[in-house]
Amino acid sequence: MSLIDLTATELQSQLALGHITAVEVTGAFWAQIERLNEQVGAFLATRRDMALEAAERIDLQRAKGAAVGPLAGIPVALKDLICTQGERTTCASRMLASFVPPYDATVVERLRSADAILIGKTNLDEFAMGGSTESSALGVTRNPWDLECVPGGSSGGAAACLAARMVPLSVGTDTGGSIRQPAAFCGVTGLKPTYGRVSRYGLIAFASSLDQIGPMARSAEDVALLLEVLAGHDARDSTSAAVPVPRYTECLRQPLSGLRIGVPRAHFADGLDPEVAAAVQEGLRVYRDQGAEIREIELPHGRYGIAAYYVIAPSEASSNLARYDGVHYGYRTDEAALLAEWREESRRLMDAGDTSALQQSDNPLVRMYRRTRAEGFGPEVKRRIMLGTYALSAGYYDAYYLKAQKVRRLIRQDYDRAFEQVDLILGPVTPGPAFRAGEKASDPLSMYLVDLFTVGANLAGIPAISVPCGFTSRGLPVGLHLQAPPLEESRLLRAAYMYQQTTDWHTRKPSLA
Amino acid sequence: MKQPPEPDHLPYKIVIGLEVHVQLATRTKLFCRCNTQFGAPPNTQTCPVCIGLPGALPVMNDEAFRLSLQTALALNCQIPPSTKWDRKQYYYPDLPKGYQISQYDLPLSHDGFLEIHDSQQRFESKRVRIRRAHLEEDAGKSIHDERSGTADSRIDLNRTGTPLLEIVSEPDMSSALEARTFLDELKLVLVYQGVSDCNMQEGSLRVDANINLHIRDRETWIPTPIVEVKNMNSFRAVERALEFEADRQFDVWQETGQRLGDAPKQTRGWDDQAEVTRPQRGKEESSDYRYFPDPDLVPVNVSPQQLDQIRRQLGPIPAVLREQLQTQWGLGAYDADVLVNQGPRLVQYFTQLAEACGDAKEASNWVQQDVMRRLKEQQTEIDAFPVSAATLAELIRMKQAGQLDRSRAREVFQHMCDHLQSPQQAMTALGIQQVDTAELSALCRSLLDKNPAIVADVKAGKQQAIGSLVGQAKKQNPNVNPAQVKEICLQLIAEMS
Amino acid sequence: MSLTRQDVEKVALLARLRLAPSEVDTMTRQLSQIVDYVQLLSELNTDDVQPLAHAIEVTNVFAADQPLDSLSREEALSNAPHTDDEYYLVPPVLGS
Repeated sequence: MSLIDLTATELQSQLALGHITAVEVTGAFWAQIERLNEQVGAFLATRRDMALEAAERIDLQRAKGAAVGPLAGIPVALKDLICTQGERTTCASRMLASFVPPYDATVVERLRSADAILIGKTNLDEFAMGGSTESSALGVTRNPWDLECVPGGSSGGAAACLAARMVPLSVGTDTGGSIRQPAAFCGVTGLKPTYGRVSRYGLIAFASSLDQIGPMARSAEDVALLLEVLAGHDARDSTSAAVPVPRYTECLRQPLSGLRIGVPRAHFADGLDPEVAAAVQEGLRVYRDQGAEIREIELPHGRYGIAAYYVIAPSEASSNLARYDGVHYGYRTDEAALLAEWREESRRLMDAGDTSALQQSDNPLVRMYRRTRAEGFGPEVKRRIMLGTYALSAGYYDAYYLKAQKVRRLIRQDYDRAFEQVDLILGPVTPGPAFRAGEKASDPLSMYLVDLFTVGANLAGIPAISVPCGFTSRGLPVGLHLQAPPLEESRLLRAAYMYQQTTDWHTRKPSLA
Repeated sequence: MKQPPEPDHLPYKIVIGLEVHVQLATRTKLFCRCNTQFGAPPNTQTCPVCIGLPGALPVMNDEAFRLSLQTALALNCQIPPSTKWDRKQYYYPDLPKGYQISQYDLPLSHDGFLEIHDSQQRFESKRVRIRRAHLEEDAGKSIHDERSGTADSRIDLNRTGTPLLEIVSEPDMSSALEARTFLDELKLVLVYQGVSDCNMQEGSLRVDANINLHIRDRETWIPTPIVEVKNMNSFRAVERALEFEADRQFDVWQETGQRLGDAPKQTRGWDDQAEVTRPQRGKEESSDYRYFPDPDLVPVNVSPQQLDQIRRQLGPIPAVLREQLQTQWGLGAYDADVLVNQGPRLVQYFTQLAEACGDAKEASNWVQQDVMRRLKEQQTEIDAFPVSAATLAELIRMKQAGQLDRSRAREVFQHMCDHLQSPQQAMTALGIQQVDTAELSALCRSLLDKNPAIVADVKAGKQQAIGSLVGQAKKQNPNVNPAQVKEICLQLIAEMS
Repeated sequence: MSLTRQDVEKVALLARLRLAPSEVDTMTRQLSQIVDYVQLLSELNTDDVQPLAHAIEVTNVFAADQPLDSLSREEALSNAPHTDDEYYLVPPVLGS
């Protein structure tokens, strides 16, 4: 067995035993990146030399018998909207194509002090807005199971690099399903923690009240290992939860006895791909066989989730992305061209004696803003900025944003009631498997509906996990979705671990890898 | 000062509301821990949070919040149990996030008031209502090429994120003088609370005014369009700008007859040199700020216990202090006003002095005439004053005991200040000795003997004639106390008859 | 359609985006479609529902008023498109 087929947990123990070195591990994954990244396009940037240097340092430390962190020598990929000091962080946008943060995100600090090898930055939908990674302005990512298909999104690169065995651990972010959906599409395990569990400091915001950083890996065990490093209170994030973090890796193996699983009937309604439905039902059977009690439940406001989400997320995004105006950092339009255009237009209006048009016309600064943003953002980002600006504008706030926040509470209350009766909620992650590149590109609404099952957890702030549970006849992975009450990540991980003890879907490997 | 005409004779009423932005005296910014010190080189007091770098998040400064509550209580405001922060969105290069974190529909305080009065009685005392006071972050500074308008604008973000308390009054002021008085009193309240240095030159206190007229129309009043006046760099400028603006608006009314609602709200800037207001170019925006709750911040709940605690630590309120100086120390309204306007530490000096010397009127005279003059001459603060209240009280007691007259006491005071000496030391240094009563009687007797004409005058009832004897006595012995000389002489004359 | 071209142009100015005429058409159509979908929310009576702004309802988060290091000016300006090494520079705001 090659090193790249080992899980992070296996690598961790092999490294600790001295059977392998961090340099060997890093070298093996590096070779896979070199071999496959051109085809898969998972990474926007890789850092071979720095990774190998870090690996050498860790080997040296270990040789000296010094203590090393829990991820010592294990390569980790970062979604490229998590700030890394001195290294470009682009959000897959032209706007930030050359942005070099002067600071590290809190999770990056935590990974560094855990001695993880930060090996590269992964591709995503521009500013994490999308479900296919097709809106990236900086590269195309393909699904390792079928290069014609999308890897999902927005953490498409983060999921694809795991499936292709380029890294054992990957950090993604989830605003409406952006960890779980690509995990399902690529056949890996991905967890969206409770809102506030992982610090958002240094995560470039899409929708602040929904965004959450989370771990992705090939097994629940590895997800637990990574979450343990990422999670924890951070005084620099006012919305961070000041609660202790359990030792996920330690409680993982405790089986859940008397587990009550709720299944929302609506999640198996028309529109669900039959092969996906069959795989998820098969997953349910696995739990039933292990003694879980299965109950049908209702999430009465679930059908309003997408509508609420597509008000709240774009509204917050329109505000969060206002800072990209070409003044303090990021892309700026060609100033000489803009000034020439302005002079030309002013002269034309002056000659025509059209003083009112002259007064109405944008001054150079406003032109700079509008050109910069028109050129720096791609169509999906612009669409959401427009949608959010509209929803927050005078006269519409109550009907859209406020209304959506109220529906959000109703959705949260649905979950609270459901969790009085059941321990976990189970369903499909997505209505269908990975779709072909370009298939939904011209129809934004159909793309948005892909988030149907995932947005609820973001709106309610609860943790949820996507676990591989089968394949379609075309060989595309299917994901099983488990949701738990706030701060119950350990319950999710134990349930996923239980599942992965009796199934081997998560160990399957695409042929190219 | 321009005397406002009698309101009854004017064809209109002036309606003024003020918006005051005060920088709070915190060490660090509202949402990050950068220094707030004024005058640092450009762009040296910034960090990812206040530059609005992608990924950075705000965390509220506890001291800024506490100072806001303290000010709100000093302004008699209501404090709701819960408050939150909203994003006010507009594009400007000195606003790096594209929004200002401010408070929209749940400000931390509302419905307070401030009493204003004029010791010269040019207007009747009134209560100006405070609509709200809320906490927000300051923007940076833009430096424009004012001359040609074609060079690049320069942006300094040092000020970005400094905590600002925005205090909004109701339109309760009806003259420029009332507005000026409101500002003086507000500043005094802020200084007494120690919440801001209120330095207008450094921009730690900024004022915008809303003004319009209500034109008399038989039994009713017609409001004219509201104008917001900006760019006033001193309280004096506010007063002059509002005086100018009221006259200008009346001229416009006579010319156009425009009422409130006929024209959009206009913003005008005060030109201090030209002494006129001019229309300001709008911010290009139709002011659709798209407020919404900042998802990066969490609400703040204020408990009654917390408010009680702040109330207990509240500094003195100027209006209350004026009242106390009158009732407890028997000062007149004017004297109380003068002392309170000098700030809390001078008032403290006064009360210590009055207590120690036992004569508040005398203490007030000394403070107003001697101490304050000296402070002004030396351009220093009472904290740095060389003579303590206790030491000055000693001197006053000596004067009261007849050991010194007023003018000698002043000489001694000067000497004490200049040489940091006690009254005794100063008197010795100045060669002032106490004159023995027997010696003094002998001196008086000899003077009476030499001046029979004066004795006759006094006997005839012209008591003031004795003044000449006092003068002679002082010439012979500069240390004599004139009052004593007068008293002894009168007594001796009375004994003669 | 629930939005007009004028609506879209107005919003584009508010959002500081410049849209080509053809983009205005596409945007008008797509935004209308999404806004129509979102109207679904109006089915629900939410009169007695408090809005939920945060999934985890935390309150009173503060930091102590203690200065920490700022960025150096060089670091602060390092990502700026245009500076004079002291200030950020932008095209004239006055534009007269």
